[in-house]
Parts: sequence; C-alpha cells; structure tokens
Amino acid sequence: MLSKTSPHITGSNSVGKVMVTLLLTMIPGFACLVYFFSWGYLVNLILASATALAVEAAILKTRKRPVLFFLKDSSALVTAALLACALPPLAPWWLTVTGAAIAVIFGKQLFGGLGQNPFNPAMVAYALLLVSLPVFMTTRWANVDQPSSLLESLQIIFNLSASGIDGITGATPLDSYKQNIARLTSADLLVAPLFNGQWPIGWAQVNIAFLIGGLVMLWRRIITWHIPVSLLATLAVMALLFSHDADAKVPVLIHLLSGSTMLAAFFIATDPVSAATSNKGKLYYGAGIGLLIYLIRTWGNYPDATAFAVLLMNFAAPLIDHYTRPRVYGHTNAVKGYKSDD
Amino acid sequence: MSTQASTLIKNGLWSNNAALVQILGLCPMLAVTGTVVNALGLGLATMVVLVGSNVAVSLIRNYVSEAIRLPAFVMIIASFTTCAELLMQAYTYELYQVLGIFIPLIVTNCTILGRADAFARKNPLIPSIIDGLAMSAGFLVVLVLLGAIREVIGQGTLFTNMHLIFGDMARSWEIEVFKNYPNFLFAVLPPGAFVGLGFLIAAKNFIDDRNAKKKAAMKTDEPAVSRRVRVTGNVG
Repeated sequence: MLSKTSPHITGSNSVGKVMVTLLLTMIPGFACLVYFFSWGYLVNLILASATALAVEAAILKTRKRPVLFFLKDSSALVTAALLACALPPLAPWWLTVTGAAIAVIFGKQLFGGLGQNPFNPAMVAYALLLVSLPVFMTTRWANVDQPSSLLESLQIIFNLSASGIDGITGATPLDSYKQNIARLTSADLLVAPLFNGQWPIGWAQVNIAFLIGGLVMLWRRIITWHIPVSLLATLAVMALLFSHDADAKVPVLIHLLSGSTMLAAFFIATDPVSAATSNKGKLYYGAGIGLLIYLIRTWGNYPDATAFAVLLMNFAAPLIDHYTRPRVYGHTNAVKGYKSDD
Repeated sequence: MSTQASTLIKNGLWSNNAALVQILGLCPMLAVTGTVVNALGLGLATMVVLVGSNVAVSLIRNYVSEAIRLPAFVMIIASFTTCAELLMQAYTYELYQVLGIFIPLIVTNCTILGRADAFARKNPLIPSIIDGLAMSAGFLVVLVLLGAIREVIGQGTLFTNMHLIFGDMARSWEIEVFKNYPNFLFAVLPPGAFVGLGFLIAAKNFIDDRNAKKKAAMKTDEPAVSRRVRVTGNVG
C-alpha cells in the first residue's frame, strides 16, 4: 500500500489543459482581427509560434531540462498568440521573430521558465520593441475599410512587393479621437466611419469577441472574475469621471470597445504567474491596471497603454501580495501596528 | 616578486575583475558603453587615474594616519581626475564633450577608492603600479567588450568615430556590420547595458565552472587504490 504525498485531491485542470482552453477562447477575437483588419495577424501568429517553440526548445536544451515535457504545456504558444494580437499586423517578418524570441528568452526562460517570470513575457517583448523600433511599431497597421488580402499581407511582411511600401498608417479610434477633438466637436467626429457612432467598426467587434472568449474562460474556471471586473470597472469609472465631456476627452464607450481593452482585461492581465495571487489582491491589481490604462491613454503619448500598464502592475504584484494575505483558516486577522492591550 | 606580479595581473584581469566580479564602477559602465570609442575613452581615463592614485597612495602610505586616510585618498583621486579631464580637454576635445559629466564622475568610481584603500595603502610602489594597471586593464576590457556588443546590436556598426581618439587615420576603421540596419534603441539605452553586463558575467561564470569541472575530472584520473569492500571475515 504505497501512498503518494499530498495533495490527494487535485483538479482536472493541468497546465497544458488550461493553456489550450485559453488558446481556444482566443479564436473568436483573433478571427475578428483577421476578418476586419488583415491576414497579417495570421502570418504573425504562425511566425511567432514557430519562433517561440524553437527558441523555447533550444533554451530548455541548454538548461538541460526535459524539452518535450515543457513544450507540451503550450505556454510558449500562448505567449506567441498574445504577441501576435498585439504587434502591428503588417510588421516586417523579422520584427515578429525578434519579438517572439525576446518574449521567450528575456521574458520567461532567463527567470527560470514557466511560473518563475515576474513579468508577462508577451508584454515584455511588446514594450521592448515599442521602445526600440518605434517607427516599425507605429506605421505598419492595417486599415479597417480596406483589409489587405493574404497575398498582399505576405508581400508586405516579407518585403517582396516591387513598389516597396514604406508604411501603412491605420488610425486607431483612440488616437484619432484624441488628436482631432481639439478642433472638432464630438458629434462631428463620431459620424466618421472610424467611430460609427460610438461603435467603431472592427474594433468593437474584436473587443466583443474577446469579451465572449473571456466569459467562456470564466465559465470554464480558467480565470476568476476579480481582475477583469475590477480592471474594466476602474477604467469605466475613470472615463466617466474625467471624460464626461465628450468634446474634451475620449468617451467611456470608446475606451471600453476600442484598442486592446478586452484582450488586456481577460487574457493579458489574468496571467496567473505575473498577477497578484489572493482574491483581494487581484481586485487591487486589476484596478491598478485600469487606472494606468486610462492615465497613459489620456495624458501619455502612446496610442494605447496595455503593455506599460500591465508591466507596471507586474512590478507591484509582490507588494500587493504582501499586504493582501488572506486569513489562514482557524486564525484571526493579524493586528498591525500597536495592539490596544499592550 | 614575479609570482606576486602574475597573481596581481591574474586577479585584475580575471579572477577579481573590477567589472565582472566586484561589479564596481557600474555608473560609468552603464552610461557610456554605447559605442567602442566612448568605452575606450572612459576606460583609458580611468586607467590614468587609477594608476596615478595607486602610485600616490602607496608613496604616502607611511605618513597618513588611519583617521584621515579616506579624505586624503579622495583628494588624490580628485586631483588625478582633474588632470585626466584637462588632458582630454586639450587633446581629445570632441570625446571630452561626448563623455561629458562621466569624466569628473571618475572620482566616484568605487574601483579606484577600493584599490587605494584595499591595496595601495598596504603595499610598496611597484606592486601598487602593477595592481593599478591590471585592475584598470580588466575594467577597460569589459568596457570595450560591452561597448562593442551594444554598438553592433544598437547601431549595426563597429569602431565608429574612432578618430575621436586616434586622429584622422582612424576614420576608415568604421565597419558596417549590417547594411540598412534599423537602430535597435534598447541596446543603446542603459537597460541594454544591464542585460549585456548580465550576459558577460554569466559567460565568465560559465567558463569558471567549466574549468573547475575539468580540474576535478583531472584529479579523479589518478590511479585508484583498491576500493573493494571486505564483505566476509576471510577474504584472504
């Protein structure tokens, strides 16, 4: 009668299963990205996945870890998928490859692999590329009204077209609203097809698709509600407080339905490794990201804010964990500072 | 004497390297190793100051009391730094402008005060000179190596602007490693220096580890004495 060590009762979710479910729930949002914007997203996904898997295998080999065991948990694929959603779809191929390699090497393996990384690997790579190569990261977006075909995307990404495209600038609703609100009224601005009332074509669909994917994750208990709810609520409250005048600042609906809001709330901020741990901590953590997203979007110079907001709160996660330790069963809460009967 | 000298040189260049083992002088190392020429310029200036301060501290070691030694050392180092600064102003003015505040900041480089206090004040002149040369050479090599790595990754060139130190004949030394390279700003900015230095330290530790393992393997090759264990009382 040999008995294993505890825990004896385990859930049915293994790491690999969680990661695969997460990838599946990303499909609707990703499909919307490809349908409304560009096939480039799919090309990026393939490039990033191949690079991430190859680099992960190479580093596991040099670290003398079991290669197949760690590759099978698909965490490298999740990083690649998040990165492919975040990078400009028509970025040159080497940008995507560099980004995926940076994510796996600097974001993950140098810290000791899955479960040891203090920062979200995909966001590390995105921020590093945005700081290092600002031109390529801001001029290779696709337009909603004229999605490029698969062939065109391939030509641009691998620099094969004879004409030699220097840059494609697709205006994002967030950025465009911020730039133009100084000279136009909100009503004038919102009739443009980019905004379509307050439901920007493409952007709104992508965000709603990611929202649906996130709800499926909640239902499958891959994530808990704390981080997305507190993130979205804080962002909405900030927008209601400071952007109540739509003629001055970006209104709340565009904050929620454009940019990478839903992707950030459900798929990026909920990374269990780099987020805060306890339920109370998760609330603070999500609220911090929501707050930072609003601050950077409104008063910063970058078109969107997810990567920096998430990375900054990754820094804060250990501190949040320290101050939000849950009460241990059978113990009362520790009294901090002077005790009254001293 | 000669064994002492070789130990000093080995310590300075490798086993007690100022940049890779003591990790001193981080501020100039992270700030000015963007290109080879900056790294070389600052490394040479540091060398002048370190050797000079080691000489001076060693000469006055019997006349300065314990209590006031640190202020005295700092004054000496500051004087040599001013000399180096004036020399650079006179002969390599453009480089002086590029390096800017980091030349006067050589005063605060912990390697220099560290060597004065830990070595030169307890040792005679000649070993102090050797120690100063070896230590600063070790620092210089790491600076230049880091500068080369960051220049290649950051700008895709190597040895650019070397004429700032070596005069006009060095203008043709520039090598364009990659054609049409988009500048990779991360390597140019200080975070790139942190990551680069981390990799250099890791490489040094890796080499040390491998050498230690080799040594250990050599030792076990010695003829083995019989390791048979007696299991009965009557093996014969």
